[in-house]
Amino acid sequence: MASHGIKDQVAIVGMGCTPFGEHWDKGADDMLVDAAHEAYASAGVNQDDIDAFWLGTMGSGVSGLTLSKPLQIDYKPVSRLENMCATGSEAFRNACYAVASGAYDVVMAIGVEKLKDSGYSGLTGSRPPSDGTDSSLTAPATFSLLAPAYAHKNGLDDETMKEVLTRIAWKNHKNGALNPRAQFRKEVAKETIAGSPLVAGPLGIFDCSGVSDGSAAAVIVRAEDAHRYTDKPLYVKALSFSSGPATGALDPSYDYTTFREVRASAEEAYKQAGIDDPRSQIAMAEVHDCFTPTELVLMEDLGFAEEGTAWKEALNGTFDLDGDLPVNPDGGLKSFGHPIGASGLRMLFECWLQLRGEAPPERQIDSDRTLGLTHNLGGQPGACVSFVSVVGSEIG
Amino acid sequence: MVRGIIGYGTYVPYYRLDRAKITAAMGAGGGRGHRAVAGYDEDTTTMGVEAARNALRGSTVTPSSIWFATANPAYLDKTNATAIQAALDLPQETWAVDAGGSARSAEAAITGARGTPGISMAVISDLRTGNPTSNDESGGGDAATALLFGDDEDAPVIAHAIGRAAATGEFLDRYRLPGENASRIWEERFGEQAYLTLAEDAIERAMKEADLALEDVDKVVIAGLHARAVRSLSKIAGDKLVDDLTGRIGNPGAAQLPLLVASALDNAAPGETILCVHLADGANASVLRTTDAIADYTPFSSVESQIENGSDNLDYNLYLTWRGFLDREPPRRPDPDRPGAPPTFRSEDWKYAFVGSRDRSSGAIHLPPMRVSMDGGAVDDMERVRMADTPATIATFTVDYLAFSLSPPTVAVVIDFDGGGRFQAEMTDVDPDDVKIGDRVEMTFRRLFTAQGIHNYFWKARPLAE
Repeated sequence: MASHGIKDQVAIVGMGCTPFGEHWDKGADDMLVDAAHEAYASAGVNQDDIDAFWLGTMGSGVSGLTLSKPLQIDYKPVSRLENMCATGSEAFRNACYAVASGAYDVVMAIGVEKLKDSGYSGLTGSRPPSDGTDSSLTAPATFSLLAPAYAHKNGLDDETMKEVLTRIAWKNHKNGALNPRAQFRKEVAKETIAGSPLVAGPLGIFDCSGVSDGSAAAVIVRAEDAHRYTDKPLYVKALSFSSGPATGALDPSYDYTTFREVRASAEEAYKQAGIDDPRSQIAMAEVHDCFTPTELVLMEDLGFAEEGTAWKEALNGTFDLDGDLPVNPDGGLKSFGHPIGASGLRMLFECWLQLRGEAPPERQIDSDRTLGLTHNLGGQPGACVSFVSVVGSEIG
Repeated sequence: MVRGIIGYGTYVPYYRLDRAKITAAMGAGGGRGHRAVAGYDEDTTTMGVEAARNALRGSTVTPSSIWFATANPAYLDKTNATAIQAALDLPQETWAVDAGGSARSAEAAITGARGTPGISMAVISDLRTGNPTSNDESGGGDAATALLFGDDEDAPVIAHAIGRAAATGEFLDRYRLPGENASRIWEERFGEQAYLTLAEDAIERAMKEADLALEDVDKVVIAGLHARAVRSLSKIAGDKLVDDLTGRIGNPGAAQLPLLVASALDNAAPGETILCVHLADGANASVLRTTDAIADYTPFSSVESQIENGSDNLDYNLYLTWRGFLDREPPRRPDPDRPGAPPTFRSEDWKYAFVGSRDRSSGAIHLPPMRVSMDGGAVDDMERVRMADTPATIATFTVDYLAFSLSPPTVAVVIDFDGGGRFQAEMTDVDPDDVKIGDRVEMTFRRLFTAQGIHNYFWKARPLAE
C-alpha cells in the first residue's frame, strides 16, 4: 500500500477567477457563472465539452444542484465537496484523479463562497448539536495561539514578533495592490497595520485575511491531450492531503509553532514531485496566510526556511515579490480575500498566470524556475487539514 | 453515637464591588466597603459546586445525599442539585435534591442533611441582586457554603448541635415574584418587631435544650437579610458576636448563616459553644459545640483567605452588565448554539465531572475522553481519569476580542496538567494583561453561557490559588 501520485498525468488547460470582494450585487450563482465561463473561454471549450464537475463550497449551497442549476448543466455528474478552508483544493484534487483514472476526458473543478450575505463579522458556520463543551474561539483566536508560542520558542520579544507579523501583512498588501482582482488593492503602511484594533492576541484587523465573496475554476484534461487546448498547459506534479488526528489540544508534545499536517502533506507532495530543496526549486508559492502568524509558521513547515529562522527571512524580504522565493505574489488570503471554497483554486490561478508569464508585468516574477506550489489549510493549529499541490509549466 | 458537622467548604467569588463606585456612578446608593460579586459565568449552582469541592478536597468521605438550597435557583422545574452531584463526580446512588426559593430554605438543607442517615451534604448558595442604588444592591453579596454531616463512626465530628429551636411567623418582610430581579421590602420597622419577638422565643428554647445560659456561650452568629432586626438582636451578643462580614462581602442571603458558621469554625477551639441565629420568615436558633477533633481539622480554604484573595477593582458598569441590568451592544457574531440534551447526556462525565480517558497501556490522557488512543492507537482500552482537581501550567494563550461573551474579551489558554494531559480552556477570574506562558492554573466549574433557556455548564481555568 502506498501513495503514488499522478505526476504529469493531468494538466490544467483553462482557468477563471472572479474578482474577490464584497459583491453585494452578485450571489453565489452569478459568481459560479462568471468563473465557469471564464474558464471555458480560457480553455476554448463549451460547457457541453465538460464530462464531470467538482464543486467546492463550505456553506454557499449543498449538493451538485448548487452548480448544475445556475449553469444549466444537462444531466452530468456534479460532486459537491467540503473540507473546511481547503475546500477549493479538495475539489481540484478529486477532479484531477477522475481524469487520471481515465473515467473522464475533460472535467472542471470550481469553488465558490458567498460570505458577505451573513451580516456577521468573520466566518460563521452551523455545527451539529453538541454537548456545549467545544471551544467557542473564533478563527483569529485559534491561529493567534501560534504567536506567543513561536516568540517564546525562538526568543523573540513581543515587539519583534509584532514587527514580523506586520511585515508579512505589509508584504501581502503590497502584492495585492498590484492585483486588479484582489479585494484590497492598496498598500498599507506598517504603522497602520501595527496600530489596527486588536482582534485576538497580538493580531489586529490587518493581520486577518479578507472576508469576501468569489469564485474560481479550472478545466483539467489528460496531459497528453493538453496541447489540443493550449500551448502553455500547467502540469500537475503533486497533490497531497493530510487530515490530522486533531490532538494538538490534547497532546502536551505539541508546541503550537508548527502544523504537523502541513509537514506531512509537504513531504508527500515533494516526494511526488521529486523536489528535494523547495527553497531553490520552486519559482513561487501561494500559501494559506489566513492570519499573519500562519504564514510565518508555514515558511518553516513547507521547508522554505530553516527551523527558527522564518521570522528573520520574513523581515529581510526573502518572500517578497522580488525576493529569493516569492510567497503570495497575488496578495494571498490577506489581500486577495478568502471566499472559502474558492481560495484553493484562486491560488492555482496565480500559478497559472505566473508560470505562463501572463501575470500583469508589475508583478510578473522573473524566474528560470518552472514550478509553483499552492498550500491550503483548514481548521486550526493542532487540528487541521492541509493540502499541497505542485504544478509546473514543463513535463518532467 | 454523635452526629454533626464533619467538614465544610466555603466559596466567596473573586470579584468585589467597591460600594463607593455605585455612589459615584449614580449619585445615590452605595456606601462604604465592598460586596462580593459572582462572575458573569457563575450562578448559585456553580458557586455551590465550588463550595462543595472545597468541602470534599482533603476529605476521604463520599456524601450519599446532597441538599441544595438557594433563593436564586438557576433553573425552576429542573433540579439544580443534580448538576452539583454530577460536577462532584458522585455516584448515581447519591440522592440530590433542591430546597429553594427563600433565604429560609438554608434551614431545610441543613436540617435535611443533618437528619438524613449516612454522610450528607448541605450546599447553600445565593446570588443577591437589587435595583440600582437599592440597599439590596450594595448590601447583598454572593457566596456559597457546603456543610458535611455524618456520624462520628464515619469521620471525626468537629461540631454538633446541643440545642435547637425554631419559630415561624407569617408576615410580609421581603418578597419577590418569580422572574423578578429585585425584592420588595416592607417598612423596616415593621419587620424588626416581628423578628425580635420570634428570635427571643427560639433562642430561649434552644438555650434551654442546650442547658446553657446566654452568658455561657463563647460566640454568637446572627444571620438574616433584615439588617435592622439583625442589628437590634446583635445587642444580646456583645463582644461574642462573630463578624457578619457584610462590610467586606455583603450579605449572601440564604448562604449567610452557613458561611458565618464556617467562619466561626475556621477560628474555633475545642469545646466552644456557638449560638447560631437565623432570621428569615421566623427565627431559627441552634447551639453548636465544637469537639476535640476541630483542633486537627483545617478547611481547604478559609473564609478569610478567600476574602483576602479577591479582586476589588470590578467596575460598576461591568457589575450591572453581568447581572443583566445593562445591555451592551452584542458582537456582530451569531449567538451561541444551545447544547443538545442527548449529546450532553452522553458526555456527562466529561462536561460535568471533567473526567477524561487514560490509555491503560501508554498512559496518555485524553481531554475530552477518546475511545482510540492518540498514542499507539489502542481501541477501547481506557480508564476514566478526573482532572478537575489537578493543577496545570499555561503552554500558550490568546485573548479573543471577537468571540461571543457576556464579558469580552475571552481569554483562552492551552494548559498542561501536572502528571499529563492537555486541554484548551477558557480562563476566568483573570486580567487579560496578566496572563503569560508558564502561569499556574486550576479548574473551576462555570456557566459558559445560557442559550434558549439552557445553561451551558463546563469547566474553565483560573489562576491557581497560592
